[in-house]
Amino acid sequence: MTATNHPARPRLQRIRKPMTVRRALSWALIILAVAASVLPFYWVIRTSLSTNGSLASNATNLLPADFNLGAFKRVFGLQSAEEAMAEGGSGAHIDFWLYLRNSVLFASITTVGALFFSAMAAYAFARLRWKGRNAVFSLFLATMMVPGIFTALPNFLLIKNLGLLNTLLGLVLPYLFMSPFAIFFLRQFFLNMSREVEEAAMLDGAKHLRIFFQIVLPNAAAPLATLALLTFIGQWNEYFWPLLVANQDDLRVLTVGLGVFKAQAPQGAPDWSGLMAATLVSALPILLLFIAFGKKIVNSIGFSGIK
Amino acid sequence: MTTTAASRAARADTALHAPPGRAGKPFWRRNHGDLRIALFFIAPALLGFVTFYVVPAVRGTYLSFTEYSLLGEPEWVGGANYAAIAKDPLFWNALAVTGEYVLINMVLQTVLALGLALLMHRVAKSTLIRGALLLPYLMANVIAALLWFWLLDYQIGIVNHFIEALGLPRVAFFGSEAWAIPTQALINTWRHVGYTALLLFAGLQAIPRQIYEVADLDGASPFQTLRRITLPLLRPVIALVVIVTAIGSIQIFDTVAVTTQGGPVNASRVLQFYIYQKAFTESDFGYGSALAVILFVILAVVAFVQMKFLRGNESDLD
Repeated sequence: MTATNHPARPRLQRIRKPMTVRRALSWALIILAVAASVLPFYWVIRTSLSTNGSLASNATNLLPADFNLGAFKRVFGLQSAEEAMAEGGSGAHIDFWLYLRNSVLFASITTVGALFFSAMAAYAFARLRWKGRNAVFSLFLATMMVPGIFTALPNFLLIKNLGLLNTLLGLVLPYLFMSPFAIFFLRQFFLNMSREVEEAAMLDGAKHLRIFFQIVLPNAAAPLATLALLTFIGQWNEYFWPLLVANQDDLRVLTVGLGVFKAQAPQGAPDWSGLMAATLVSALPILLLFIAFGKKIVNSIGFSGIK
Repeated sequence: MTTTAASRAARADTALHAPPGRAGKPFWRRNHGDLRIALFFIAPALLGFVTFYVVPAVRGTYLSFTEYSLLGEPEWVGGANYAAIAKDPLFWNALAVTGEYVLINMVLQTVLALGLALLMHRVAKSTLIRGALLLPYLMANVIAALLWFWLLDYQIGIVNHFIEALGLPRVAFFGSEAWAIPTQALINTWRHVGYTALLLFAGLQAIPRQIYEVADLDGASPFQTLRRITLPLLRPVIALVVIVTAIGSIQIFDTVAVTTQGGPVNASRVLQFYIYQKAFTESDFGYGSALAVILFVILAVVAFVQMKFLRGNESDLD
């Protein structure tokens, strides 16, 4: 570490701090934090590849205890009840393919619907001029403050009254039409977008609908992608609402399925490898999204719009 | 009632902002009665807003004044639910337990995240490290809960092996009344601390570098810089982070529902789990709705405090 006292180059001085002990300590703490964030996932993988009976005697072994893919077979319903019970499972039928499919359907449908309709609304709030616009926008924003459970109870009744309990439609309906955050976020983006192309198109006689589809949406592709990613992850992780309205086996999403799987575990000796295999299966799609788009996700975190 | 207030506010607003310096582009003005096309564009969102937010809010409030078992019709009972709640020891227990959970989260998460953000700001700004710290936040609560349910298992969990290796007695993280809530709070802190750190890190990045350079030239010690410059300038972001943490953690449900189910005894029967049990396990929808109204009011108060807080700090960096 050079450049200790160079008043002429204060910038470099700030970047290259001379105190190596302090820097080493800082790095050590950061590595510790990274390890605490990431290593538990390794333990999930390791456990899911182990055999239940060997877990206790190899509790601190870093490698899978008695390597075995049985846990995954069990989770996907590929083991017979006898086989499953022999390996420490509960023997109850469970099929995570089904839950995986339900999660994909639930998260994709709600993400696409909410983003498309929110973009339409954001266009009306950012580009059109109409009486009551700002008041309606504030009301929409206020819904971000409403706790989920306050609307969840009456929404459950509504879905029940409509006869839509344990249907895909009932599951997605409350999320389908808008997301207050998406409207807020997209309106902000539209407001900052140059209007010149739109104005030229308007002079050529293009209607708002064409402008929205051919100019505004394509230009907003990048923020829409980020928003879609965040919305999808949020929906994938949703637990409370699916638990209320879709708790029958053929419609369970992964989070609900996981809860059921855990609850089935025989008391005394839970099916740890099965449970961790199920956890891994539920986490994997998000892990893959994270590997593919991690940078986009990380860079989206910040209070840019608020300060 | 709301409509007139809203339209009056809107009219005042239009009157104030109507001529927006776009005199050179007359067509925006010509079109300024866009109401019909605007209605088309917001129709789906408006439908969702009314059906799944406004009507439920009204209906939920109404139900809180009724007795309703999901069979037959709700029966109006006035404030009986609220009177019963005031005398319900389980409600006060839920409030205390939720409070403990929120408090641990607020303190622990903010302190750890602030430390992490300062470290990242000082030595490591790489996206890879930030990504790794964010990973737990992207996982579902249920996943975080089950993962730690295994790691913290009393018999063969790895954490208890470490504890034992240190010569300490094993801890029943989920099984003892004293540990149930701190354990839930630690899981939530694990899941959120990276996210919170990134928010604070973004706040740190926004502090102008020149201020630090001047402090450096003046010979300020790192501790002085932290106390006199960084923390005061970061205060609005810290305030926001604390409140976001509070609002988020008041609504804890998922981790409790898949691990302790409110137990042992009532040690982790947090407010939202109690509401869920009342409404869906005991089919006492009126009582559950009244509890939900109370939770809503608590959150509204927190949100109000948040706004006060932030407005008071707005000018710090200007």
